[in-house]
Amino acid sequence: MTEKTPLLEVRNLWVKLPDEEDAIIRGLNLTIYSGEVHALMGPNGSGKSTLAKVLSGHPGYEVTDGEVLFRGENILELEPDDRARMGLFLAFQYPMEVPGVTIANFLRLAYQRRFDTEVKYTEFYKILLQHLKKLEMDASFAGRPVNEGFSGGEKKRFEIVQLSLLEPVLSVLDETDSGLDIDALKIVSNGVNGMRSPERSFLVITHYQRILNYITPDYVHVMVEGRIVRSGGPELALQLEEKGYDWVRSELAGATAP
Amino acid sequence: MAQPDILNLDQDYTQKYGFHDDIQPVFQTERGLTRRVVEEISHQKNEPKWMREFRLQAYEIFMSKPMPAWGPDLSRLDFDEIVYYIKPTDRQGRSWDEVPDEIKQTFDRLGIPEWERKFLAGVGAQYDSEVVYHNLAKQWEEKGVIFVDTDTAVREYPDLVKEYFGTVIPPNDNKFAALNSAVWSGGSFVYVPAGVHVDIPLQAYFRINAKNAGQFERTLIIAEEGAFVHYVEGCTAPVYAEEALHSAVVEIIVKRGARVRYTTIQNWSRDVYNLVTKRAVAYGDSVMEWVDGNIGSRVTQKYPSVYLMEPGARGEILSVAFAGDGQHQDTGGKLIFAAPHTTGRITSKSISKGTGRASYRGLVQVLEGAHHAKCNVECDALLLDEDAKTDTYPYIEVNEKQVTIGHEARVSKVSDEQIFYLQSRGLKKDEALTLIVSGFIEPLAKQLPMEYAVELNRLIELEMEGSVG
Repeated sequence: MTEKTPLLEVRNLWVKLPDEEDAIIRGLNLTIYSGEVHALMGPNGSGKSTLAKVLSGHPGYEVTDGEVLFRGENILELEPDDRARMGLFLAFQYPMEVPGVTIANFLRLAYQRRFDTEVKYTEFYKILLQHLKKLEMDASFAGRPVNEGFSGGEKKRFEIVQLSLLEPVLSVLDETDSGLDIDALKIVSNGVNGMRSPERSFLVITHYQRILNYITPDYVHVMVEGRIVRSGGPELALQLEEKGYDWVRSELAGATAP
Repeated sequence: MAQPDILNLDQDYTQKYGFHDDIQPVFQTERGLTRRVVEEISHQKNEPKWMREFRLQAYEIFMSKPMPAWGPDLSRLDFDEIVYYIKPTDRQGRSWDEVPDEIKQTFDRLGIPEWERKFLAGVGAQYDSEVVYHNLAKQWEEKGVIFVDTDTAVREYPDLVKEYFGTVIPPNDNKFAALNSAVWSGGSFVYVPAGVHVDIPLQAYFRINAKNAGQFERTLIIAEEGAFVHYVEGCTAPVYAEEALHSAVVEIIVKRGARVRYTTIQNWSRDVYNLVTKRAVAYGDSVMEWVDGNIGSRVTQKYPSVYLMEPGARGEILSVAFAGDGQHQDTGGKLIFAAPHTTGRITSKSISKGTGRASYRGLVQVLEGAHHAKCNVECDALLLDEDAKTDTYPYIEVNEKQVTIGHEARVSKVSDEQIFYLQSRGLKKDEALTLIVSGFIEPLAKQLPMEYAVELNRLIELEMEGSVG
């Protein structure tokens, strides 16, 4: 292992909803170095999506313990936009619609903030078209309202357009594969693979192994009941696919039985 | 009563529009409204007898009508504190150089002369009670278009004025129409001859300068058969934190096959009571469009109306209201279907922020015989804060069987999820909120000439500034 600092380090993270007693994330640890692709798998309700939102700074959760270091800085007190400008990106499981706001207007603003620059509309339009094209989205999307009237697949592809445009150093993909047909899955995966580089890392959150056939992870983690219970290489995903989550659960039950 | 909190909310408004000039008016009536004040106004204007009698009759109607109790709270409006007529200058300019310097500076600061040069067919500028500048580009004058202030019209086009004045909105229509009819001054008179298309907008700008002033302009627009005109008005006032009153009457006659679009961007300071009656009559196959944006004022009551008089007439009302802290925007529209095969649509969009309240109030009335009338009403309200309020009062009266009426109302809150989504892309929280609001009013912005759309967006941005703690 090199001596460089991790890109992301989650230490003993505990998260709950403000009105509830029980924690959703219960002492989670995760370390990601630059250039790595991690897959985070787990059954529904294991806390995967909560982790994604907490990393990005969603205001609806309460962190009761632990730290999240991104590029060496504890980011838990930072606003979501501060984190985005540092190069953190979340591809949403359910992207939000913003009626009346065109993709071009929205992303021009995002682009200017991310790169701390001013860009003329016409110039930005050209940049945007390249990224749309990469994800095989028609140029006409530039003038359409954000996510409004998009199919599920279009929404997911548009998330990756944004990822491609904003060049984050850490991308968290929250169940980007759900609701995608095989063609769309290939397009999305190609988009992500095209972004892979020694400087860039990905955390691919998924319920199924399928997307990992296209985006090969360096590490696979299994999350159950708010913490990572097992980590391994790509083969772990295949094992899961074969044996199901009950396998991990029963192993876990066995391991923790008195 | 001083309201420092309102001032603070409006710091930017104070800087941009809230200044006032220390000009000495050449004449003003005493505070409060009496028969003598009405006579004095008529006398100052050297009016014909018929107008003087019209005013005095209207005064009696005003005095006899109770304050409307069905709408927003008007209890702080004190008719005795208002100055009903303030004449800032003796002359009216046809070039800006002829306008007295202090007044011209005001309009310079507001950018009006620049706008005129760039993209308007004509401009009228009213300062307190009188129109201080009026000009129409020569090419339109040559085509027989008339665009003058209404006082001038009474003198120079008496027959036209007499034929139409007070026919669309008679003084007994409501208390504030009666008030306007009694003390009206200024406003625009527009006449577009048959078949003439004035394809760039005419604009009027209304500025209240004096404290406790009342501004009562009277606008009359006549579009002859097959004519087209787009009339735009804007308005601002200094911030005094004392009540001022703006109560206009706008009457529009849209003859067969004609089309009139009337756009308002109302941005009065937050001490102005804005109680306005606007109505159009639309004849066969004509189109009347009201685009009504209300951003300023303490209280606005305004329901632009279209009476659809003959088959094929169409009325479109697009109303956008922004109610910030302490503001009540009670707006909407009325469509009266008085002939078969007439169509109309009311689209209302409101945004309530802080303690602001936006009410939609609308009337759709289908008279007997107006079969195959088609009408659609859509109300969207956006709430930005927990304390913000919205309500709808849709009145629908249908006296005919074969009609199609649709009504939809939606209230939405800006969701944390939406803001989080935009923030997660690097937008600051207030940028995210502003973007969501600008998207919400996009249907209005789309209807405006580009320069106005930009102005509207800028105003919304100002309103949104500092909205995030």
